[in-house]
Amino acid sequence: MLDFVQQLVSGIALGCVYGLIALGFVLVYKATEVVNFAQGDLMMLGGFFAFTFIGMLGLNYWLGFAGAVICMALFGMLAERVVVRPILGYPQFSIIMATIGLGYFLRSIAGMIWGTDDLKIETPFSQGVLRIGSLVLAHDKLSVIAATIILCGLLYLFFNRTTLGTAMRASSENMLAAYYMGIPVKRVVSIVWAISAAVATAAGVLLAPITFIHSNVGLVLGLKAFPAAVLGGFGSIPGAVVGGVLIGVIESMAGFYLPQGWKDVAPYLVLLVVLLLKPEGLFGVHTRKKV
Amino acid sequence: MRFLFKTDYEDDIRLMPHSGYLVTYGVLLALLAIAPFVLSSYIVSQLVFVCIYATVGVGLMILTGFTGQASLGHAAFLAIGAYTAAFLQQYNVPFPVYFLAAGLLTGVVGALVGFPALRLQGIYLVIATISFAFIVEEILARWESVTHGNEGMRVKTMQLFGMAISRDSPSFYFLCLGFLILTIVGTLNLLRSPTGRAFVAIRDSETAARSMGINVSLYKVKSFAISAAITGFAGCLFAHKLSFISPEMFTLLLSIEFIIVILIGGSFSLHGAVLGAIFLVMIDPLLTYLKDDLPGMIAGVASTFGAGKESASQIQDKAAAIASANGLKGAIYGLIIVLFVLFEPLGLYGRWLKIKLFFQLFPLYKRATFKRQKIYVKSERNR
Repeated sequence: MLDFVQQLVSGIALGCVYGLIALGFVLVYKATEVVNFAQGDLMMLGGFFAFTFIGMLGLNYWLGFAGAVICMALFGMLAERVVVRPILGYPQFSIIMATIGLGYFLRSIAGMIWGTDDLKIETPFSQGVLRIGSLVLAHDKLSVIAATIILCGLLYLFFNRTTLGTAMRASSENMLAAYYMGIPVKRVVSIVWAISAAVATAAGVLLAPITFIHSNVGLVLGLKAFPAAVLGGFGSIPGAVVGGVLIGVIESMAGFYLPQGWKDVAPYLVLLVVLLLKPEGLFGVHTRKKV
Repeated sequence: MRFLFKTDYEDDIRLMPHSGYLVTYGVLLALLAIAPFVLSSYIVSQLVFVCIYATVGVGLMILTGFTGQASLGHAAFLAIGAYTAAFLQQYNVPFPVYFLAAGLLTGVVGALVGFPALRLQGIYLVIATISFAFIVEEILARWESVTHGNEGMRVKTMQLFGMAISRDSPSFYFLCLGFLILTIVGTLNLLRSPTGRAFVAIRDSETAARSMGINVSLYKVKSFAISAAITGFAGCLFAHKLSFISPEMFTLLLSIEFIIVILIGGSFSLHGAVLGAIFLVMIDPLLTYLKDDLPGMIAGVASTFGAGKESASQIQDKAAAIASANGLKGAIYGLIIVLFVLFEPLGLYGRWLKIKLFFQLFPLYKRATFKRQKIYVKSERNR
């Protein structure tokens, strides 16, 4: 029983990271119908930025965290401006390819700049543990869960209570209509990319004490965030987080209870089953096709 | 400019629209035939890879370019073909038999993947094929009694009609080239048949195709099966060329390379598959060459622009350090993909068509001829 709870918590923590990456996918997808295959690599880059600020420049953890988030938000805007905006409106496949190319590029450049070793960030959560009875929970995992809850709350307030959030929801419903209503759609899309890069960075920094930062971490985790996003229904923000947590728990349980090898495959098996039985996901909206 | 006067349907679907084709492709074929006796063995070996990649490219083109079903799982099909060949070879099965078996088995697997894929579109299909590829990779690594797991499998020299065909011999090159030509001609024939036209109709509009009476599910599964089978055949040749296969060769990156092949070549014509394969395979020797010679050249340029001897050698060292950095190849790949999507969406073959049209229409060429339409209103979500 204790093992089960232990596995459950670490699964939820891992799942929160998947959820945060999936959240980035969903934000961008809802706003622009672009699936950003480079989302995981944005997370990786965020982790490296944080490492530079905290590990190399010796800044305070929170200051470094904030610095990395701001840098990556700007980088997200830049990526949107340079790579995505010129091809918006073209078939989805070319945009997917462009973001795959971007991810490839970022991965290699990060490997060239920061090397291929595993890097570690000293965080306030690295060492401590929380003991409840005989249950031992590491602070780093709890911090991921707490941060995910806070971030989701903030995003919820942002989307439902602010003008900018409403503008974003409007332009994700119908870009052209939003434009006619006087919403600066291009700027809105830029900001969406900035937010999604910032969320990815938060995920990357929180993850740093659990799995170290290296240039391939984005590819590995980014691809596992896809099942999360699909499970939650690709266009749903709460769905992304719920899907992420489910995938994380499934993976962690498969790693513990099933023979070796199942752990890596389990998320994809779940994904295929979901796609077969309920392609619109748990929270997805069923849409009809107009000809 | 040559105007082709077509009077009936037979004229329209002819493989050789005019005699010029016969001359160009005849010359090309003759050049390819003498290539192994003229070029260095390294280049010939690269040409074999060009043939294999182009074969996979043609297979992928049928699925992605002509049926409009994106796949990022073709490395898995290649792996199934390669492993089938390697497995059957252990039991002294002759080459023609296991070659056919590799293609057929992969085709069956392709059809099996095609069935669940019927319900999926766009991004979901891409994700599903990625998952399929991951699962296959994991099975290859774990099913040790058949695949020898991560140790990999040796592939013995090919025995064809009592002769040993080593992987570096001209005969192997001719075998790969012959199979590529066979695939291309077969695909061209397929594309001008009702099946091929149904594929294109599904790509252009699934709903319209369905309302014209095309059995969309059947043709999608067919397209998956044919595409996978061609990739499986190529996998058999690939295994022989490498003479050693292991699961980590067939990763997502290989699938992405295949997509790069058709993206860079131009995904609307079979020419694109071949051009893309040439580009992708030949970029390796090119990069090696640049790595060795470019730093010296940069330093030379710097010194002609008045840099002192010391600073020139510093520049040379720096350039050499960048050129030999790990992952430069990946960065260049990524950059190439992004640049092609942004600036040359029709690929190399599209560029060739543009150049050709420019000279044919000399003062009258309009850039808008090849401009794609942007669609903001029609949402992919509502498809």
